[in-house]
This record gives sequence, C-alpha cells and structure tokens, in this order.
Amino acid sequence: MALDRWIALVLLGVCLTYGYAAWFTMDGGLPPFMQRNPIWPSTFPKVLSILGIIACVIILLGLEKSEPKEADIDYRRLGDYHLDQALMLLALMVIYALCLRPVGFLISTSAFLILGSFILGERKWHIMLPVAFIATGTVWYLVQEVLGIYMRPLPGIFGG
Amino acid sequence: MLEGLLIGLQTAFSIQNLLMVVAGCLIGTFIGMLPGLGPMSIIAIMIPVAISMGDPSAALILLAGVYYGAIFGGSTSSILLNAPGVAGTVASSFDGYPMARQGKAGKALTIAAIASFAGGTLGAVLLMVFAPALSSVALLFHSAEYFALMVVGLSAIAAFAGSGQVAKALIMTILGLIMATVGEGALFNLPRFTMGIMDLQSGFGFITLAMAMFALPEALFLVLKPKDLKGGDGEIKDLRITKDEAKAIAPVIGRQSIQGFFIGVLPGAGATIASFLGYAVERNIAPKKEQDEFGKGSIKGLAAPESANNAACTGSFVPLLTLGIPGSGTTAILLGALIALNVTPGPRLMIDEPQIFWAVIMSMFIGNLVLLILNLPLIPYIAKVLSVPRNYLIPFILFFTLMGAYIGQNNATELLILVGFGICATALKFADYPLAPLLIGFILGGMMEDNFARSMQLYDGIAFMWERPMTLALLIIAALLVVLPSYRARRSKARADGVADGD
Repeated sequence: MALDRWIALVLLGVCLTYGYAAWFTMDGGLPPFMQRNPIWPSTFPKVLSILGIIACVIILLGLEKSEPKEADIDYRRLGDYHLDQALMLLALMVIYALCLRPVGFLISTSAFLILGSFILGERKWHIMLPVAFIATGTVWYLVQEVLGIYMRPLPGIFGG
Repeated sequence: MLEGLLIGLQTAFSIQNLLMVVAGCLIGTFIGMLPGLGPMSIIAIMIPVAISMGDPSAALILLAGVYYGAIFGGSTSSILLNAPGVAGTVASSFDGYPMARQGKAGKALTIAAIASFAGGTLGAVLLMVFAPALSSVALLFHSAEYFALMVVGLSAIAAFAGSGQVAKALIMTILGLIMATVGEGALFNLPRFTMGIMDLQSGFGFITLAMAMFALPEALFLVLKPKDLKGGDGEIKDLRITKDEAKAIAPVIGRQSIQGFFIGVLPGAGATIASFLGYAVERNIAPKKEQDEFGKGSIKGLAAPESANNAACTGSFVPLLTLGIPGSGTTAILLGALIALNVTPGPRLMIDEPQIFWAVIMSMFIGNLVLLILNLPLIPYIAKVLSVPRNYLIPFILFFTLMGAYIGQNNATELLILVGFGICATALKFADYPLAPLLIGFILGGMMEDNFARSMQLYDGIAFMWERPMTLALLIIAALLVVLPSYRARRSKARADGVADGD
C-alpha cells in the first residue's frame, strides 16, 4: 500500500474518533435551553466527520484514479537523503522551544543559529559566530525595543 | 464627487501625509515579507504610533499603507521562499515559487509588482465609484449567503486541485475545518475537542499552523535534498517581461482586479478568498494547454491572485468606510484605531468628514505608485535572500518560523505544536497531499460555522438553503465546482483513450 493510502487510513481513524466524539460524547452535557436550538455545538462537527469519512474512503479504495507523479523526494529511499541532518535540526528546534524561556533569548538563539549551521556542515567559525551574534542582537533589539514585545534576554538567574 | 476628489487631493498631498504613505508602504513591505507577521499583527503593533499622531486622516493613511504594503511584501516571500507571510498571498506561491525555481525569480517579482499595482489602482478607482452603491449590495447579504459563499470558496480549492487530486484536496479542506472546531467557539462558549488540554482552549494558532504547513516542510525538504536550492545564482536577471507576456496577463489582471474588488467588499471574504477564487477561475477558463502550466510556473497563475488580493484589500475598505462594518480582521483593527481617534466610520462619514474618506482613497493611488516605484528597483536586492549560502539560510528560515509562532502567542508550547505539525505536514507532502486547502479550511472554518449557525437559528433548520435564491445559486455553483473537474478529467481521459484506439 502506498504512503498516501496509509495516510488516508490514519486520517480515517482521526475522522472516526472525531465523529465518535461529536456523535456520542458531546450532546450529553448540553444544557436544556441549548437543546431547543436548531443547531448544537456538535452539529457542524457531525457533518464534517461524515464528509471526512467519505473522502478518506474514496482515497483508501482508490476510487479516484491518479497518474503517479514523480515526487520531489522519494519517501521509499529516505535514507539516501540527509535524513540525519533533518532529524537533528528537528531535535534542535524542540530543544530551542524548551530552552527559550529558562535560558533566555540571546543565548538560546545564538546557540540555535550556530548549532543549526554546524549540523548542516558549516565549519567556518569566524563567519558563523559573528553572523549568529549580530543576527540575534538585531532581532532582539527589533522585537524588544521597536515592537515592544517582551522577550527575556538572559537566563532568569541574572534577573532577565 | 469632483469636489470630494479635490478635498482628497488637497489632504493627501500634504507633506505629512505623503511621508505617511511612504513610511507605511515601506514598513508593510518589510514586515509582510517576514513569514509569520501578517498585516493584522503589524497593524495592531502600529496602532499606538497612529493614535499618537492625533490626525485621523494621517493615521488611516499610514495604516492603510502598511496594509497593502504587507500584502505586497507577502508575495515576495511567497515567490522566493514558498513561505507566504500573509494568508492572502498563499495562492501567489503556487506559480510564483516554481517560476523562481526555474530561475525566473526576477520576472515573477516584476509580474507580481505590476499585477499588485494594477489590482490596487483599479480597486481604488472602483472604490471611488462604487463605494456608495456597493454598500447597499453588501447589505443584502445575509449570513446564509456568507455561508454559501464560503462553501463556494472551499469548493474552488478542490476545483483547482488537479486531476486525481480532488479527493485529497477535499480531505485536507475537511481536516482544516475540523481543526478549526477545536477550542472555544464564539457561538457556544463551550470548549470542544480540547481533550482537557488547557493550551487548546483557544484553538490552534493560525500563524503556527501556517508556519507548520508551509515554511517548515519546505525547509526540511531543503535539508533532505540540498541540490534543489539554487544557492549560487541568486542573481536576479531578466526583470523585464516580453510584449507577449504582457498581452497574456493584461486581461487576467483586468478581470481579477474587478472580481477581487467585489469579493473584498463582501465582509468575511477578503483577500484570501479573492486570491484563491481568482486563481481557480483563471485556471478553469484558460485554454487546455495553458491549464497544465498552472502550478508549474504559469505567469497567468501568478498575475491572477496578485491582482485579486490587492484589489480585495482595497475592496475591504468599502464596508468599513461606508457601513462601519469591518469585513476582515485587519479592517476590524483599523476600525478600532478610527474609533480611538474619535471618528465613527459609517454612512455619515462621507458627509461629516469627507476629507478622511477621500484622502484615504487618494493616498491609495499614491501608495500603489510608491510600492511600484520603490519595489521594482529594489527587487534585485530583495532577491539577494536567495544567494545566502544554504548552511546559513536554513537555520535562519527555521529561526524565523519559530519566532513568527512565538511572537504571535508568546507561548513556548506553540513551538512544540509547530514542530509536531511540521513533521505531520512533511509526511503529507511526501504522499503528495496538497497543504494549502488545510490552511484555508482552517481560516474559513470558524467564520463558516458561525454563519451556518446564525442562518440555522434564523430559519430554524436548514430551509435557508433552498428558500433564499442567492444561497441556493451559490451552493449549486459550489457543487458544480467539485463535480466539474472530475467530470472533465474523465471526459478528457475517455477522449485520450479514443484517440489511442484509433491508432
């Protein structure tokens, strides 16, 4: 089974769960005055779940013929591409998200930019470091001073 | 009207207001270019500046300049990076980005600039002529028609999905609608589908979703397959368009400026629907041979959404200035700013304070000219973004993606949601699912449900679908839009088979 049909299967699961929640779990707690309304909070989701299930089934059964296109990236040979770099960058983004508050904007962002280009294979430290520091400082200045959105610049222990 | 024009010219040509136009356009262009900061957030940020000026005409001129500057700037990042900064320019990336990848980035930016200019200018002319008349048409629209109009907008997405893609586009649209129901709706005040997670109470963030759907998969694809990025030749040559190309896009620009303007007038529709509908319409009426080029770098496919979204921006001022009803989030913020300056937009505005009304219109002409003059020579420099080495560009794209989601919400959880959705979106992209329909479904979902619920309540059931002729007609158009492409594909296939048999 091709990936698009696997995804359709997953989406069918999503639609079924969503439909179950809409059809069977939502109406119970509805206050009596709302039950007299022609539309309930669950009405629209109910319609959506049915439409979604129909569309998933159409893809799953391959009712709509489509000629196979040459994709940009062949997912069957993911190992041939720079999968390691992509995964490391994703991990880096998660770490950045977790560090942004506790460590502060300036340190975490410089580290993110430096490590990001390091993962991609850049080793020219004399360019990487200034670029990262200048960019971090500029963005912080623009966001904090010009736009007036508060971002903690330094780790909390320094009173940032 | 002539008197009004003269008042407007007099006000708009004061030194202060001219400066405001230029400043607004520049700020808008640069901020709009950054993926994630749309016209809404930047106008919201500019409000303190505008209010402190104290002059309502100048304030409105500045904010309007920011608005169409942002739409203009958004198209630049759509074309060069496939990372639309503004929802209204998502459709520009369908053909603009393939053109940039074919090395025709300069041409694409020129077409975008010209189409935007023409769309904005034609829109301003139409605004001047039709503003009073159109307010009565918009008044006829009822929530049932808004609902039907949104159904048309969503079906149009399926219509331009391409052969064999209709079901996929539909499921993505529905998924977007489903995601829009998460959180607390305005009509019910009940949290829905939050699974008890507090962070989902307010629903998913639009910017987060937009980043996850477009910018993140694009960056990951660049990481996975580096040779795709044309890092070396960021040189933007060939800004000119040929006479034939100008001839080809001229009717498109004309049609889409007018259509976009009228869509923009309808509250709730706005630049996003206008650009998608414009793209779909142009794709469907193009000859078969050109139709295949759509999505692969068609100049018509770029000119259509670009003129439509600019015209729609102008059009969205009609309900704001003549009725005092904001049609979109952006004009709602403008309305707030005007009220803070002690001006009440509405039918009386043209009588009580004509200089505001006409000065804004006049400044639109100037603003569009400023955008064209500023941006055409600046294009080669703007496009230098492409010549930044990949090792630096990718971390920066990822960083701006994260920042866009973070600044909007000031919530680090949003960043984790962004990464999660980004991974899902990449998987969907592998399997050739179109991602734009999901985002459009998400944007329209809330409004659509509100209007649906309102008409259900007014008619005590779904009778509004056939009792209101305009609703019925719109819904029939929507059904045709879904059915026609698959019918057409089947017919062309049958014809192709017939030809093969004949050989």
